[in-house]
Amino acid sequence: MMLKVDDIHVYYGQIHAIKGVSFEVHEGEVVSLIGANGAGKSTVLKTISGLLRPKSGTITFLGNDITHTEAYKLVNRGLAQVPEGRRIFLQMTVRENLDMGAYTQKDVSEADMEEVFRRFPRLKEREKQIAGTLSGGEQQMLAMGRAMMSHPKLLMLDEPSMGLAPILVEQIFDIIREFHASGTTILLVEQNAGKALAIADRAYVLEQGRITLSGTGADLAASDAVKKAYLGG
Amino acid sequence: MMDLIVNLVSGLSLGSIYALIALGYTMVYGIAKMLNFAHGDIIMVGAFTVITTVSMLGLPPALGIIASIVCCVVLGVCVERIAYKPLRKAQPLAVLITAIGVSYFLQSLALLIFGSTQHSFPKIITVPAIEIGGLTIQGNMLVTLAVTTIIMVAMSLFIAKSRTGKAMRAVSEDRDAAELMGISVNRTITITFAIGSALAAVAGVFYCTTYGFIGPYTGSMPGIKAFVAAVFGGIGSIPGAMLGGILLGVIENLAKRYISTELSDAIVFAVLIIVLMVKPTGLLGKRVNEKV
Ligand SMILES: Nc1ncnc2c1ncn2[C@@H]1O[C@H](COP(=O)(O)OP(=O)(O)OP(=O)(O)O)[C@@H](O)[C@H]1O
Ligand SMILES: [Mg+2]
Repeated sequence: MMLKVDDIHVYYGQIHAIKGVSFEVHEGEVVSLIGANGAGKSTVLKTISGLLRPKSGTITFLGNDITHTEAYKLVNRGLAQVPEGRRIFLQMTVRENLDMGAYTQKDVSEADMEEVFRRFPRLKEREKQIAGTLSGGEQQMLAMGRAMMSHPKLLMLDEPSMGLAPILVEQIFDIIREFHASGTTILLVEQNAGKALAIADRAYVLEQGRITLSGTGADLAASDAVKKAYLGG
Repeated sequence: MMDLIVNLVSGLSLGSIYALIALGYTMVYGIAKMLNFAHGDIIMVGAFTVITTVSMLGLPPALGIIASIVCCVVLGVCVERIAYKPLRKAQPLAVLITAIGVSYFLQSLALLIFGSTQHSFPKIITVPAIEIGGLTIQGNMLVTLAVTTIIMVAMSLFIAKSRTGKAMRAVSEDRDAAELMGISVNRTITITFAIGSALAAVAGVFYCTTYGFIGPYTGSMPGIKAFVAAVFGGIGSIPGAMLGGILLGVIENLAKRYISTELSDAIVFAVLIIVLMVKPTGLLGKRVNEKV
């Protein structure tokens, strides 16, 4: 098993944001976590990556308990997260951002760099440019390329399509498929439920800090409850 | 004219000392997001280390300087670990008050150990003065200028090119994102304090060589000046700290020589206020230009 989240509870001070969430991700899967604004999707991802600590419950990654492992130590073990809002380093160049993605690698491999540039030719053209000057779509590409530099076994993406034009959304989902085809397991958080369910082997619906539905991507996409709440009828 | 040049040189020399201290201020501010008001007192501790090792124990000056750097680095790292790290998620005001507390603590400790009298600082820079075309420039100023220039160039390269330097910039910009890259934020902050303290130790040697005497409160004035220099240049900006420090030293020296010794500090602050009115982020301060 790649990832197992077992009955986690997460608080922000007094706010009980995650109320006993459990799910799992198997090797080679694409798993989607969908839910409305404020459902707790980002909180779940941040808790897995170690930026937040659950008050109770456990998280197991590749057979090891990582519930209390510091975030920076997980990168080496094969966990990468593309955070909500991209969070690229705006004052650093495109190349430096990719260098940071490879921070845990012994050397920044030129081959990895070329691989990112092959997938995202736009980034190659802007290699020396300050990342803050990139367009939103380019920034998302950089965030994804940066995450790939650490050779993750599990890639967690937090709303990668947010704020992008439809054509770019298409492109981002194509790239997720490519990452997956090259052997990366994917945990995808999305508000764009239609796309997220279409790409997913399995999916979970998160509502107000609890998982209310789960099943294969196709089953959920066909379910009345999901259609009504997330697919616009 | 000669007089002006001599004053410019000594202003540059003083300014480059401020710049070294300001670098520590600005790096800690940029990376740990706090104002370390105990930074100036590190200078005092470094200077007392030199006095203890060189004047009292009779060790060679080079060893004394190394001891001072080691002592300051250990102290800076310990202060961070013990006093500031537990407050990583606390309100900025709580951290600020703690830093002021640490500053008083170090001053009181020095007062207990060395008393309130001024100690004379050993002459450890013994380069003779040189004369160029009728101008006499003191040896210690030349050494100060040479060493600080080398350090500033090295620091700039380190921040721009090295893996650790880039990690520092990443932490400074976005802590969580840096952590997600596999960068230990705590370790990066520790390194920042270590570097800042080492720079303060070196600056302390030059500062005390220029002034000759030290006491428990010696660190506070250069500390405040360096803080002003960092704000002047744009706090958080490394070239800003260098520029701010150098300008501050030059302005202070020229004001002392040509306007009034008593008013020189007031003039420095007046210039600062004017600069901040025109450019609130300081000379080289970055605007926060986040794209949403
Ligand atoms: N730093 C914080 N402090 C306090 N409450 C927070 C904080 N971050 C999130 N919350 C609360 O926790 C709940 C879950 O937030 P979270 O960001 O995980 O939702 P989300 O599903 O990712 O939403 P979105 O789709 O808008 O990104 C929300 O009610 C939110 O208000
Ligand atoms: Mg979110």
